[in-house]
Amino acid sequence: MGDPILRTEGLTKRFGGLTAVDRVSLELYVGQVHAVIGPNGAGKSTLTNLLSGDLPPTSGSVWYRGRDLAGLKSDEISRLGVGRSYQKTNIFLPFTVFENCRLAAQSRTPHAWRIFRRAEGFADINRLAEEAMEAAGLAARRDRVAATLSHGEQRQLEIAMCLATRPRVLLLDEPLAGMGPHESLRIVELIGRLAADHAIMLIEHDMEAVFSVAGHLTVMVNGEVLESGEPEAVRASPAVQMAYLGGEELLDV
Amino acid sequence: MQQSTRALTLTLAAAALLLLAFPFAESKFYTQLLSKIMIMAIFAMSLDLLVGYTGLISLGHAAFFGLAGYAVALMTPQYEAPDLWTSLPAAVGLCAAFALVTGFLVLRTSGVYFIMVTLAFAQMLFFLFHDTKLGGGSDGIYIYIKPEIRLGETSLLNLDDARHFYYFVWIMMIAVYGFLRTVLRSTFGHALLGIKTNEHRMRALGFATFRYKLAAYVLSGALAGLAGYLAALQFGFVNPEILSWHQSGAVLMMVILGGMGTLFGPVIGAFAFVLLQEMFSNQAVLGAFAKHWQLLMGAAVILVALYLPGGLAGLLARPGRKKAIEADDG
Repeated sequence: MGDPILRTEGLTKRFGGLTAVDRVSLELYVGQVHAVIGPNGAGKSTLTNLLSGDLPPTSGSVWYRGRDLAGLKSDEISRLGVGRSYQKTNIFLPFTVFENCRLAAQSRTPHAWRIFRRAEGFADINRLAEEAMEAAGLAARRDRVAATLSHGEQRQLEIAMCLATRPRVLLLDEPLAGMGPHESLRIVELIGRLAADHAIMLIEHDMEAVFSVAGHLTVMVNGEVLESGEPEAVRASPAVQMAYLGGEELLDV
Repeated sequence: MQQSTRALTLTLAAAALLLLAFPFAESKFYTQLLSKIMIMAIFAMSLDLLVGYTGLISLGHAAFFGLAGYAVALMTPQYEAPDLWTSLPAAVGLCAAFALVTGFLVLRTSGVYFIMVTLAFAQMLFFLFHDTKLGGGSDGIYIYIKPEIRLGETSLLNLDDARHFYYFVWIMMIAVYGFLRTVLRSTFGHALLGIKTNEHRMRALGFATFRYKLAAYVLSGALAGLAGYLAALQFGFVNPEILSWHQSGAVLMMVILGGMGTLFGPVIGAFAFVLLQEMFSNQAVLGAFAKHWQLLMGAAVILVALYLPGGLAGLLARPGRKKAIEADDG
């Protein structure tokens, strides 16, 4: 599979006395969905925030394409090619769906300082935005104000915005939360397709979805990695069975 | 929505043209009053770029207004007229430079701290000119003679003439409005609105938001400088009062009164604010109570804040907006 495009080494984040992420080392590869599961409070979202630069780590390091990301701000990491979606919907509510995606696409282009041309007048930006809406299944909602979308559609928009920035690495923080079964299926399929030429870290509670797309599975408990490896092997691990989900849900899949 | 936008555009254009005809019908007093209002409108639009479009509430915007005024006064030899071609770009450029330097510091703060730090910088300038002999101390300095542009023997533009000055200011106001409208429609303008709406998300999308905010701050400071330059020429003198926090507060009230984030709202706000101020402080209208005009002014601002959250501009734009949402749901 070659070298990992992104890897962490002993990544740790402490908030006062609480260690939210504890010496986590993991690797993301292009062509693979790396699912991270664990009970609430396991540190999954904090881990995402450390990878995206939203939070600085207390210790440990993040490497992207052989480059140490220490000290880089979230916008710099984003421009390098690490995109993320948020667990709590984080979109521009007063803007239309198209403008949300257009703005996301705009961040990748050198047109920012062309102050005398209309923002909508750049074909390359518009195309990226349209493609992202199409992929996330929002083409029909193009001109709706984001605040008027259903919760599930807002989740789709969250992903569309991330896609419009053309990332190489996608950090998806519970993308399916709050989505209806139809949209869920659509997004799972999309994640499967994207995996071909992206590295994806998927945080998700929907086990059916996780086992259908994940090529690698990491289980986190109390900030630490409990088990990591092939999904089937991890599922069979007694430690995981004991510590997580009371055995049942995982076996039912 | 298209229709209501067009109606609004037509209303604004008609109002602008009406202003163009005004000096022919009315007295010199009102011509000068309207010139002053249009200068304040430029000032208020420059602040709206920060407050209404970038989400940065500055309480020190008079710093740029006053700095430009002092710049032209200090650049001009006594008993000579300022040279328009050099003093205008120099004053505006100085304000842009001041904004660039102070922006690096103030933009590291946000929210209430941003308000405090912008206020602090403006107060520093106030005391610099108030307590030193640099600009004549608290008495200020005079600009006795106003600029004139001549072509051979004929005078093309004589700013000593109230009408000439009026038209000069009118052109500047329209130009600033057109310029800001264009900028706000660009990718840069859209990014500013994104920052106002959700700066955290903008950073996550890869925008270096600090640079955008700094550019907006510099642009806003430069345009406030243009307004201050015009004000200094109109009144023929500058004193520390034009840098005071009262002035910063007044322009912020114009923006809020008129409706922030609309660009034309602050223009309406400038008209409403100055005209109300004239009315409330007019003894012929209110007798001895005119002394306490600020009381009435305060009441007017409170009423607008309570009952017109979108400002006076909301009266013009609101029906259209409602229709747009209904059409969207249907």
